[in-house]
Amino acid sequence: MARAVTQKRKIINTTAAWAVGLLIFFPILWTILTSFKTEAVAIADPPVFLGFDWTLENYATVLERSDYARFLWNSIIIAGGSTVLGIIIAIPAAWSMAFVPSKRTKDILLWMLSTKMLPAVGVLYPIYLIFIRMGLLDTKIGLMIVLMLINLPIIVWMLYTYFKEIPGEILEAARMDGASLKEEVIHILTPMAIPGIASTLLLNVILAWNEAFWTLNLTAAKAAPLTAFIASYSSPEGLFYAKLSAASTMAIAPILILGWFSQKQLVSGLTFGAVK
Amino acid sequence: MYLKNAFSAAVAVSALAASGAMADTITIATVNNGDMIRMQGLTDDFTAQTGHEVEWVTLEENVLRQRVTTDISAKGGQFDIMTIGMYETPIWAKNGWLVSLDDLPAEYDADDILPAMRGGLSLDGTLYAAPFYGESSMIMYRTDLMEKAGIEMPDAPTWEVVADAARKMTDKENEIYGICLRGKAGWGENMAFLTATSNAFGARWFDENWKPQFDSEAWSNTLNFYIDLMNDAGPPGASNNGFNENLSLFQQGKCGMWIDATVAASFVTNPDDSTVADKVGFALAPDTGLGKRGNWLWAWALAIPAGTQKEGAAKEFIQWATSKAYIELVAAKEGWANVPPGARTSLYENPNYQAVPFAKMTLESILSADPVNPTVDPVPYVGVQFAAIPEFAGIATQVGQEFSAALAGQQTPAEALAKAQALTVDEMEAAGY
Repeated sequence: MARAVTQKRKIINTTAAWAVGLLIFFPILWTILTSFKTEAVAIADPPVFLGFDWTLENYATVLERSDYARFLWNSIIIAGGSTVLGIIIAIPAAWSMAFVPSKRTKDILLWMLSTKMLPAVGVLYPIYLIFIRMGLLDTKIGLMIVLMLINLPIIVWMLYTYFKEIPGEILEAARMDGASLKEEVIHILTPMAIPGIASTLLLNVILAWNEAFWTLNLTAAKAAPLTAFIASYSSPEGLFYAKLSAASTMAIAPILILGWFSQKQLVSGLTFGAVK
Repeated sequence: MYLKNAFSAAVAVSALAASGAMADTITIATVNNGDMIRMQGLTDDFTAQTGHEVEWVTLEENVLRQRVTTDISAKGGQFDIMTIGMYETPIWAKNGWLVSLDDLPAEYDADDILPAMRGGLSLDGTLYAAPFYGESSMIMYRTDLMEKAGIEMPDAPTWEVVADAARKMTDKENEIYGICLRGKAGWGENMAFLTATSNAFGARWFDENWKPQFDSEAWSNTLNFYIDLMNDAGPPGASNNGFNENLSLFQQGKCGMWIDATVAASFVTNPDDSTVADKVGFALAPDTGLGKRGNWLWAWALAIPAGTQKEGAAKEFIQWATSKAYIELVAAKEGWANVPPGARTSLYENPNYQAVPFAKMTLESILSADPVNPTVDPVPYVGVQFAAIPEFAGIATQVGQEFSAALAGQQTPAEALAKAQALTVDEMEAAGY
């Protein structure tokens, strides 16, 4: 009896998980399907799901009109660079909070998180003026710095959570064996925290890849990443949904593929410590 | 020998200087629409003529507006040319943010620019942005449904005629709605339509002393007429409909009439996208006999931000893109129906363009809009579907939300107007009017 209930519950859970998964994935699937339709079929009512003449015309138009490779390269550099920069700064910060906490560590962590609550537009002008003064407008390095600062609280929080799971005694033993602070962090702590660091890295690459406020407002022609590429296909006067869908599909494809291959690390990293 | 060397050196220096002047790369911020994308495709012609290269930053209209406003107000210098509209031009010119375009050469023929466009893009008689294309609003109607309902649409109808036709054409069971109008909240969405329409009903945003007028009978008449008509003959969920949603409905044969931007005419008559391409007629936006029509006036124009290092190359580009020769270039490559409309008088005198079905009504609509005297009673502002003051966009978006909520049935028109009046009074007082 007990087994039958478990089986039933398993089926319900699996069905529910699939339903939620499909619900979340449906907008992406619809975007991908629309990218293969003509503009007329894209707005057809009732909507056409699969029974239409598939066309690559939208992709051809988008590739002809825009320099996709340049936008993609900018996205890779900005998302990757900001994340690596963030990790380099966050590892020592998270180490000190996890292993040598002070009375104020919890307050500092909360304060760091509170910076995420400020609407970005509220600091647009100050940041813009600083960027003008420092010659950082429309540069990849400028965006890497801004995105790193935006995501730093999350990186520190995640790493702090993972580091807390590592027994301090191991580090202490290393110290007693004569390891310097640098050796302790690089050779002992980091290898043990690799799953946590990997999932932090992946999640922040995704966050930086999708960031669309600063990447649109601080770039022009040179450093614009894929968010600007998508924005160039959106229009309030004219139905260009199929072309917009093709551009969106091309923009999300790299990150979808990355997410697909690294889902094991992502899930294990994100649920790390949750079941303890 | 010395002289010869000196001469050679001078020639080389001049050539270098000239090539330096020739080798500018200008950055242009623009919107994503058919005419602008076509212009990007033809940039090679400009480069071949002048040697200047062009880098494009194309963004969605609202994103672009935020982006260029941030840059010009902070003097960021990211763009050498910005695509702006009739709303921004006089405000930015007044702030000293734009380069005057009054010194364009005689062959550019600035006098050929349609007077309504020139007026809306000038400050104190000085041109600050050159119109790339212009638009007004007009009625697009289904000739077959009008015929079926036994109605004939005059070229210049009244709102009474339009409302009557809309109700007669409506067949909700078969998903045919007599009239599709904007309902989505936003200063450039429902408020563009309703502000222009209110002009025909004798309403105005402000009196001569900048006192908000939403408590007037004329505004009450405007909003009640609009909501009654949309409830009787509009599509369901109209409070979410903007240009694209109505375009989609019209192209699928679900609207008897649609009053919106003249630029839509080329979409609804395109057989590739529209199921009703051969059944569309055009008429002027309606009036109520008070002397003003409910049609707006808009131009996407090219302007040079003050402080750019490449003013010369930017001016050369504007001369090229808004010239008569450019129109002929587009006509030769893509046909007369695809040339940017609404900017130059000579285009409408061209027999080739006169053959385009919507050309005549587009011109008449543009000519009948007067941004300097937009309303029946006098007003202190310039603009047909907006008041060209910096506070307008923010206030009108909030007012648009109240009107959209009234259309959705969440509040009465009287409540929406009372809230609109209160918030406009507050904002205007805070702004020091």
